[in-house]
Order: sequence, then C-alpha cells, then structure tokens
Amino acid sequence: MAAVSLTVNGKSVTADVDPRTLLVQLLRENLRLTGTHVGCDTSQCGACVVHINGKAVKSCTVLALQLDGADVLTIEGLAPADGPLHPMQEAFRENHGLQCGYCTPGMIMTAVDMVRRKGHELDDHTIREELEGNLCRCTGYHNIVKAIAAGARAMKGTGTAKAAE
Amino acid sequence: MSATGIGAAVRRKEDHRFITGKGHYTDDINRPGQTYAFFVRSPHAHATIKSIDSKAAAASPGVVAVLTGAELAADKIGNLICGWMIHSKDGSRMKMTPHPALAHGKACHVGDAVAVVIAETLAQARDAAEKLKIDYAVLPAVADLATAQKPGTAQIHEVAPNNTIYQWHIGDPKGAEAAFKSAKHITKLDIVNNRLVPNPMEPRSALAEYDAGSDQLTLWNTSQNPHVARLVISAFVGMTPEHKLRVIAPDVGGGFGSKIFIYPEEVVALWASRRVGRPVKWTSDRSEAFLADAHGRDHITHAEMAFDADGKILGLRAKTIANIGAYMSTFSSAIPTYMYATLLSGQYAIPQIYSEVDAVYTNTVPVDAYRGAGRPEASFVVERLIEVGARELGQDPADLRRKNFVRAFPHQTPVIMAYDAGDYDASLKKAMELADYKGIAKRKREAARRGKLRGIGISAYIEACGIAPSQAVGSLGGGVGLWESAEVRVNPTGSVEILTGSHSHGQGHETTFAQLVSDRLGLPIENISIVHGDTDKVQFGMGTYGSRSGPVGMSAIVKALDKIEAKAKKVAAFVLEAAEGDIEFKDGKFTVAGTDESAAWGDIALNAYIAHKFTGQQLEPGLKEGAFYDPTNFTFPSGVHICELEVDPETGNTEIVAWTAVDDFGVLINPMIVEGQVHGGIAQGVGQALCEGAVYDKDGQLVTGSFMDYAMPRADYFPTIKVDTTMTKCPSNPLGIKGCGEAGAIAAPSAVINAITDAIGTEAVAMPATPQAVWAALQRSGRATPHAA
Repeated sequence: MAAVSLTVNGKSVTADVDPRTLLVQLLRENLRLTGTHVGCDTSQCGACVVHINGKAVKSCTVLALQLDGADVLTIEGLAPADGPLHPMQEAFRENHGLQCGYCTPGMIMTAVDMVRRKGHELDDHTIREELEGNLCRCTGYHNIVKAIAAGARAMKGTGTAKAAE
Repeated sequence: MSATGIGAAVRRKEDHRFITGKGHYTDDINRPGQTYAFFVRSPHAHATIKSIDSKAAAASPGVVAVLTGAELAADKIGNLICGWMIHSKDGSRMKMTPHPALAHGKACHVGDAVAVVIAETLAQARDAAEKLKIDYAVLPAVADLATAQKPGTAQIHEVAPNNTIYQWHIGDPKGAEAAFKSAKHITKLDIVNNRLVPNPMEPRSALAEYDAGSDQLTLWNTSQNPHVARLVISAFVGMTPEHKLRVIAPDVGGGFGSKIFIYPEEVVALWASRRVGRPVKWTSDRSEAFLADAHGRDHITHAEMAFDADGKILGLRAKTIANIGAYMSTFSSAIPTYMYATLLSGQYAIPQIYSEVDAVYTNTVPVDAYRGAGRPEASFVVERLIEVGARELGQDPADLRRKNFVRAFPHQTPVIMAYDAGDYDASLKKAMELADYKGIAKRKREAARRGKLRGIGISAYIEACGIAPSQAVGSLGGGVGLWESAEVRVNPTGSVEILTGSHSHGQGHETTFAQLVSDRLGLPIENISIVHGDTDKVQFGMGTYGSRSGPVGMSAIVKALDKIEAKAKKVAAFVLEAAEGDIEFKDGKFTVAGTDESAAWGDIALNAYIAHKFTGQQLEPGLKEGAFYDPTNFTFPSGVHICELEVDPETGNTEIVAWTAVDDFGVLINPMIVEGQVHGGIAQGVGQALCEGAVYDKDGQLVTGSFMDYAMPRADYFPTIKVDTTMTKCPSNPLGIKGCGEAGAIAAPSAVINAITDAIGTEAVAMPATPQAVWAALQRSGRATPHAA
C-alpha cells in the first residue's frame, strides 16, 4: 500500500492504496464518488472521463499514485452542491442528451473540456469528431451533439470555461 | 394539451440525478462486509473439464471461497431454463440441454463460467484466479453456423443430434409452392444477418446478500425484469422460495434485450452469498461482457419472393438457420420463430408465406433477444427482397412497395399476425417528400462528378410490439403471461405513487408515466412518482422489452386510474353531499353536475383517509387501486426510413449523408422521448449494417472481444437525422399507442444496404458493409468507377 494526496472536487484527499489502483477505482471505491463510471477495459468508451488539472482524462488509464498533488474534478464537483447546474449539465437535460444516463457524466466532462479547447461556437462536425473517445449506446449521439452545441454557447461569459484563443 | 400531459415534450424527471452523477446503478451500491466475485471462464470453445485444483487459489491472500460446478450440483442449485417451448414440424419438443450456472463436466463456449473466486477485494479474487489449475481436454468445436448441422460435425449436446434444437415451420408449404409455380418472376437472395453484441454501456452487475436471521436473500442486479428474474431463480433454479427472495433492479444503464435474461452470474452470486454468509458483488468487465452477455441476430437465410406480371407479390418463402449458441438462453427459442417469421409479410398483402427455421447449437455465447429481436431479421428479408425485386423488374422500389401495401384493416397475414391499423402510403409519401426522393438522380450526378457513388435506400418496416395477449402467447409455447400490472397509491395529501411492473433503463418512464397521470388527474407532474424495479414494492410485473411498457404497462396504469376515479367519485359524493352519479371529475376537480359545488383533488384524497364523511359500512377508507392489463392484440408500429449515402470507390468507405425517418407509433405520450428512441434505434441498426459484427474463428475463439476489435458506432458515423411521424391510433389499447423502442433498429439495416447496393450497383454485399467489404464487392462487380446516372 502507498499513500497519495490530491485534491478532488476542491477537497484535500489522502488515501492509502494498492499501487495498482486506478484513479477511477480510487474515486468509486475509496471516495464513493460513483458518478464516474466504468464502461470498458480498453479506454474506448469514455464513461470514466474526469478532469485532471483542468484537462479531460479517462480515469481508467491513470494510476492513483501518479496523481500526487493533482487537482481532480468529477461530475459531482462540476456544479456547486447547492447552486445551479453547470450550463453543460442543463443543456444535456434540456436537449434530451441522455437516456440511460450511464455514459452521461463522461460525455459532460468531455464536452466541458471540448469548449475549453475549441471555444463556444461548435459545429456538428467538430463535436462529432471530438466525441471519438466517448461511446453512447442509447441516443444515437444526435441529441448529445445538440446538447454540446447548446451547452457550449450557454457557457459563454459564465466563467465555466476559457476558450482556447 | 396541458404542459405536462399526454403529447407534451416534458423534460425528463429522472435526468437530474444522472447529469449530477447521483444515479444509483448496481455497481454503485455497496453492502457492509461485502466480498467480490471473479469468474474463471473457459478459454476453450468446447472442452471436458477433467479436474480443478483449487488448493493454491483457496490459500491465496484474502480468498473467502473457491466454488465450482461440483459444489453447485452438491447444493442442488438447478439449471437455467429457456421459457418458451417450440415444437418441430414433426411435433417433437425442442431439444433443451441443462445449463448449469457453473459448467460441470464440460465447458461449451469460450467464456463459459467454470469456477468463481470470492475474496475480500476484487484484486485478490483476480490474483487467486490465476492460481486455479483447471485441466481441460479440448474437444472439436462447432463455430460455423452454416455447417453446424452437417453429419460428421462435432456434437455439442447428446440431447440434440446434428446440433439441431428444432426444425420449425409456419405457413402453408403447398399454397406457397403453388404461388411460386404461377409466378412471372422470382427474386432470390441469400442473406446473412450478422451476429451482434448488445453492449449496453453499463456492464452487467449482481450484488447478493443473505440475511441468516430471516433466511432472506436480496439481489441487486442489472435487470429489465426483476420479477421474472425472481420467479425463474426461485421456481426453476430452486435457490429459495419466491417470497424469500427480493430482487431490486435500480438504475440500469441500458439493456436492449440483453438484461432480460437470467444469467449464471446472478445465480452464483446469490448462492455464494448464502454459502459464505456475506454479501457478494460481481461486476462484469467489458471483455467479460463480450463472452458472457447473450448476443443477438446470427441468421443464415435463403429467401424468395414471387411476383406476378404486374409486380404483385404472390408469395414469400424463407429458410433460416438460427444460431442459439452453446445453451438456450431465457427466450432464445422464440426469437427466430414467433418474433421473426410472423413478420415476414412486412407492410404487404402477401397471399402465401412459408418459412422454415432450424435452430442450432454452436460452441458460442448464447444468442437471444437484442433490440428488435427477430423483427429486424424479418424486415431485412422482406425489404431486401422487394428492393432487389424492383430492380430486377425494372420498377421504382417505392412504386413496387406501394403496389403491394396492405390498405384494408384488420388484415390477417398468412403468418398469424392480424394487423389492426396503419396507413403505409402516408408514411411513404411523407418520407419521400422529406428525403427529396425525386431529386436523387441529380444528386447522384453531382456526387459522380466528385468521384463518389451515391445511393438511396428505402425501408418500409412493420413490427409487432406490446407482446401480447397472454392466451395467444401461451398457445404459441410461451411459458409466461405477458400482461402488465400497475398500482396507484394516492396519499392523504393528494400526491400519487405509481407502482409499475415495467422497468425503465433509459426509456424515461418516470416522466412519461407521470405525464399520463398528470393528464388524467390534473396534477402537477412533481406530485407524481413512479416506483419500479423492486419486487418488495411492486407485487409482480413482466418488465420491459418488445416496446411493451407504453402499450401494455401504461394501459395497466389507465385501468388502475379508472378504478381510482370511480372510488374518488364515491368519496366526493359523500363530501359534496350529492348522488354519486352527479359527480363529475375534470382537471383535478370534482363537481356536482349543474351546480358550482366542487371539491379539489387534495380534499377528496384527504377525506378518503380521514373517513369522517362516511362510515366503514358505506365505503371502505383509503384510495389505492391495482390493475392487471392483458392486451387484446399485438400492436403494429410501422414506418418508412430512407437512407442516402455516398460510397468512395477508392476506399469502399460509406458515408451516410441523409436519414429520414417517418414512423407511425400511434398516439405519442412525449414526442421528445419518442424521437430519442428513434435516434438510438437507428444508430444500432446502422451499427449492424456498417460496422458491428461478432466474429468467431474456426476454433470458436471470439475474435471481436473488446471495443478495440468490435466496432461500435461512434458520433461521426451519423448525419443529422430527420425524424417525423404519421399517426393511426392503435385500436387495441385505451391510449392508442403502439410502442417505439425498436423501430429504428428494425428499419435501419435494410435502408442502409438498399442504399449501398443502389450506389455500387451490385447486390453482393453482406453486413457489416465495412469499407473492405464494399471495396471488395466493387472489385468483383467491376463497377469501381463512378458513372453519372
């Protein structure tokens, strides 16, 4: 076992973990942050996407011990607990961008990062290409694409993302 | 229409927990003292298990138990069953082999569970599994469906000579023979309906807990039908009496059929939790899911359609071999028979249909229902035949379809189904307009100038949903009744809880079912909650599959609401001091006819419980009613999808450039959710047509065993999808709804393949039409260069 200290959703966390523990296991098993999901074992599906130091990363590809001192944001920390939803969360709800909800946290975390990198005006083609690493079996992606475009626009001026300029 | 009633695009009530990461999926649940199960699976497709040495594994750190088929048998845990009896044409019963939850004696497919390790942590269970010594004697495997029945092929189960489970048929062979004899033209096709892996994004999971004090077992699992799971696990597997088992299916991350079935892992988790006296959790890896979740489709068919000189269809014949896999999964026998061949009439008046279906064992993962379940296979046969027939006859494919549409209802097909309502012309007309079908020649020329082959493909599908009158199902061999239940509980404060036997795993029942109640009782949607998926709360139910939760599940709610309204009127009569017959109920208000005397819903609810206005002799207190609804017929959603695409002859790559869907689902409860269902279905159908395909090698190894090898459709596979509807009311249920969950998956494959074959000018393309397959077809046909049409 080895100790790792990091920040998760703004809180300092120290955990004693088996060295082979993946970040997603630390989140789900140790911290009981079960909003981050596991949908595959080959880093294909993106259900486990979280932000590490502001960038979207598949949490099934990172060992917890690699993250000493890192700042991790999960779906649970995207909006303040007692505050309004993040614009991207709201856009998924408004545009019916989810059905079973399993891929949704990863989709939303990917989408927020997409806005950070690509800006607030995202066309269909860009969004579809950028979703290469996220699988959804329910929606046919149609309403996810709509939701991300709407969420990206809604994030403008809210301070929820910095567009890459 | 109210803002939250029937027909409104209400945003989903369930979404908040999913978009904030607060859903409760099975793997999110943990119990005190929980242990973890890891299954050791056969690496061989077919092998005798000579011995299992578990000493080293049992001594491994953290191990609580190592269990095998021998212990399972010693504890008299019964076999999994297939619940639908099919008889062969000679009258003999289907050849069902025992399916133990842990293989005992021999393993019959790669991934067959042979042992389970229970340990303190999952990592420890995995480590210990490495130390398990299993001595296999490898047997020849049957991996190829086409040759599985040939004499000399390896035998998988003694009970089934030539690996044949049944040889079933439907229709009139002599009548069909005569029709084909009189035909002017016969179109013939050999079709492979490719094997698919359902892959809901949430892998299956089971968490079992035994309470020794009450001798009670609880199972949390990823199920589309927890009551059926409880029934099978108690009555057939013999785990424990039904009243001693509680099954909870919490949030479930997609099912598409694959979570209907009763699987070995949940049986083993229950059994192991009782044996070790601690909760046992198992969650599937994705690679494990490829080897352990029931697959879908996998047919080989020779089909023929007979036409007269005018292009009228005289008959259809189809001979199908259906792969059932190594064991018969829960509903596997019904899928290639009553869910398939009964739909071979499509939208057309076909006087004679004859179909033969052989179901065979192979050393592969069991095959069962997957979105559409039999109906996509049927629709593909019909829609490919008519498309190719039109091309051979030199007729426009839309015209030929129109020439043969059923127009008078009810329409009795030669294969059991009696279509109750539809307007197939309306859907075709609307779809052709939306897709600018007329302009295709111009678009083909334009594409040719860019070096692309452009094609258009129509699919005019029909399906049978709701599944269906219990008596009918029973007469066809079904082992269960296929009604649905509902209970309406009105609280003293007037809020309402609906308990339903349906289960939601993405369909949005918490919203649509609440819309129905809001519409009927005039209540705000926030005051209505939907309870499902727990056998301790909902008394019994048949679950969700076959697009049945709308037509059957909601009809049960309507029936219970009828009783609630009748009872509430009695209460209102006492409260308003009027005759019961004079009480009117509208928009959440009870009024005495012809007066301004009224009482609000909440007043009546409260009075039903305080019971101050009537004696117990006059009226029973309380406001709670239940109902079981058994449908009078299947429902028959139908529609037309048009796919337009471009093939790059240099690479064989296909790009779908436009998709138009016009569906008739009857009355829509929530058009936003219906559209979402259509999108998702199309994506799965396009996946089947273009990229998905489970491939076994000759030794029965699954070559496509992960998302690295099995191509799931991704966002960039699709253009923006145009979705529209037409509407004929379903006459067989009180709401007039037909169901929408499977339409896209049924419609899409033939639309895509009809479009690709139109583009490349040869019919010889099998699914999945990968770039390699399309490119090879182009080379074979010598049409690799685009020509202006």
